[in-house]
Amino acid sequence: MTQPDLSPIPPGTEPPPQDDLFQFLAPDGTTHHPELWPDRETQLSLYRHMRRIRHFDERAWVLYRTGRLGVFPPYGGMEASQVGTAAALTNEDWLFPTYRDTGAALTYGLPVARTLAYWRTSPHGWAMPGNLKVLPFYIPIATQYPHAVGAALAESRKGTQNVALAYIGDGGSSEGDFHEALNFAGALDAPCVFILQNNGWAISVPTRTQTRAVNLARRADGYGIPGVRVDGNDVLATYHVTAEAVRRAREGDGPTLIETVTYRIKPHTLADDPARYRTDADNLGWAEKDPVTRLRAHLLADGLLTGDADAALTREIEAEFEAALAEADAYPDPTPAEILDHVFAEPTPQLLRQRAQIEAEE
Amino acid sequence: MTATATPTRTMTMVAAINDALALALEGDPTVHIFGEDVGVMGGVFRATDGLQARFGAERVFDTPLAEAGIVGLGIGMGLAGLKPVAEIQFAGFLYPALDQVLSHLGRYRHRTRSRFHLPMVVRAPYGGGVHTPEQHADSPEAILAHVPGVKVVIPSTPADAKGLLLSAIADPDPVFFFEAIKLYRSAKEAVPEGHYTTPLGQARLVTTGDDVTVICYGGMVEVCTRAAEAARAHGIGVEVVDLRTLVPMDTETVLASVRKTGRAVVVSEAPRTNGFHSEVSATIAEEAIEFLRAPIVRVTGFDAPYPPFTSVEDVYRPNPVRVARAIREVVRY
Ligand SMILES: Cc1ncc(C[n+]2csc(CCOP(=O)(O)OP(=O)(O)O)c2C)c(N)n1
Repeated sequence: MTQPDLSPIPPGTEPPPQDDLFQFLAPDGTTHHPELWPDRETQLSLYRHMRRIRHFDERAWVLYRTGRLGVFPPYGGMEASQVGTAAALTNEDWLFPTYRDTGAALTYGLPVARTLAYWRTSPHGWAMPGNLKVLPFYIPIATQYPHAVGAALAESRKGTQNVALAYIGDGGSSEGDFHEALNFAGALDAPCVFILQNNGWAISVPTRTQTRAVNLARRADGYGIPGVRVDGNDVLATYHVTAEAVRRAREGDGPTLIETVTYRIKPHTLADDPARYRTDADNLGWAEKDPVTRLRAHLLADGLLTGDADAALTREIEAEFEAALAEADAYPDPTPAEILDHVFAEPTPQLLRQRAQIEAEE
Repeated sequence: MTATATPTRTMTMVAAINDALALALEGDPTVHIFGEDVGVMGGVFRATDGLQARFGAERVFDTPLAEAGIVGLGIGMGLAGLKPVAEIQFAGFLYPALDQVLSHLGRYRHRTRSRFHLPMVVRAPYGGGVHTPEQHADSPEAILAHVPGVKVVIPSTPADAKGLLLSAIADPDPVFFFEAIKLYRSAKEAVPEGHYTTPLGQARLVTTGDDVTVICYGGMVEVCTRAAEAARAHGIGVEVVDLRTLVPMDTETVLASVRKTGRAVVVSEAPRTNGFHSEVSATIAEEAIEFLRAPIVRVTGFDAPYPPFTSVEDVYRPNPVRVARAIREVVRY
């Protein structure tokens, strides 16, 4: 893997400019390392995934505002960070997404209807398809990291070449679980890929208040594992470094930490008011770094995509979403007693009594 | 609180908490407030709104996102002579910090024979009723109430929230202060201006009556008060006791009421088995069983995680209908 510059950066300063990052396709169209790029079919597929998950993010907001979805944490602008990483897996590998990673779960293969059901707070969204190794979106911060190490270790103990990939935010990387997991993974040679999506904010707290470190990938040094810092808005680059980390893990070379440097343009959730903690100046320049328009411009210039094909893709994505929405609309509401289901394999006598109580009160 | 006519101002519970925090910062230079998003943003519920602007970023500050770090930091600050007032963003996110609470916060005084003590307050929004996402509606008060050496306070009104919080901050020992999310903006009343304290360990009679005692706290007080009104319409006199502090519990007020009414209904929104309501029930059974005219009845959440399924969330959390039914049950026994 081509390593980014690891020279020391003075602590307590702003993060270095984005062009210091490992990058294939710059916002202005400049290209780097063409020999390492994924093939053209993969480029198109990454583009398609990004368009698909952006559509979900945009529709989710409309549905939220019209009361047809619960609290939704948007990821718009972070598509390259989620698609490039999740697309490097097969469904034999594990995915541990946080609430921010709806796009990654969709890319991995979580059906749109189930995903909508989850954010509608319907139990149908908690019923994870048996053919996927994806966990429900993690709400408590950082707790998923040790789980990913355990799943990765289990795969290697079982003799498979499957890996586990887990996401975390820049804020989440302050939690003890993050550090314990990285240390465990290194010490135990777990085939794990750790994605640290540095989107600049943990709700209202900017990364520079979160930590004095400016290069979060270098935290890997403390645990003896490789760390890579990549332009998180460049899907070709995120895909490349993740695919390399997955390959290393499969071949028994252990875990990797990947910091995807990106930005949360949208609020933390719709209930959040970013005007309380950041100004328009903070957002400056991030729209120009948009991952979707960046790759689209390149694909059009390269002749891989035509305007007509792009329009057809839009129609296909919209049709898929509307069909899934209709499917999710048809999921029945839970019955009251369902709140007691799935606590134990066999309900305890107490739960049976409590179920009878709920049914009597209906 | 004195009975003299002090000027009051109508406030929501979250405004009363903000007022108490401002008074504490103003009155004691050792008080420091910290946690996730408490600074610039003023907290996700705005409990610390404006405090950083007023008192500076040394005394009101955002920490990194790490609950064990927050409580552990507070322990060190407390040992070294400051008054840490930490916020955990939601009680359901207290769990990473439980090692610090169980291993240290509760036992520092004991393990140093009072050479060191921890005058720390940990505030955390808790409970359901407002359709929050998964794990945002937990009621873990019994877990804390089971740790020797920590006090647990849960106000149910704005005036109590202010007075109890100022007591908690003045207290020489660690205090967990749980704030019902449901009440933050819905509870509103005239709150005395200026500094006053409401003592820890004293329950409050919300209503008086001769037939049944309903014991509750926090977000359930409003629910029980409505149930009591409904029962009164049917000629049943209900005494609603708001515990206000779980540790130390005001057993005297509870027992005096139960001895008078001979019937007890204990209400909380936490899971049923091993909840604090069970402790209340056991205390009544031990100390006042000969006065009981009916079995003690608990009205609680269920032995399942708080449901994140909005359409059936209200099944979990006791409502006035369920409490009123329990009241009728013990009266008819
Ligand atoms: C253990 C825990 N503490 C606090 C929270 C409340 N909370 C939810 S999101 C968030 C900020 C997370 O920031 P980051 O890890 O950077 O991820 P991002 O939201 O930016 O994707 C906080 C504090 C939580 N969910 N879990």
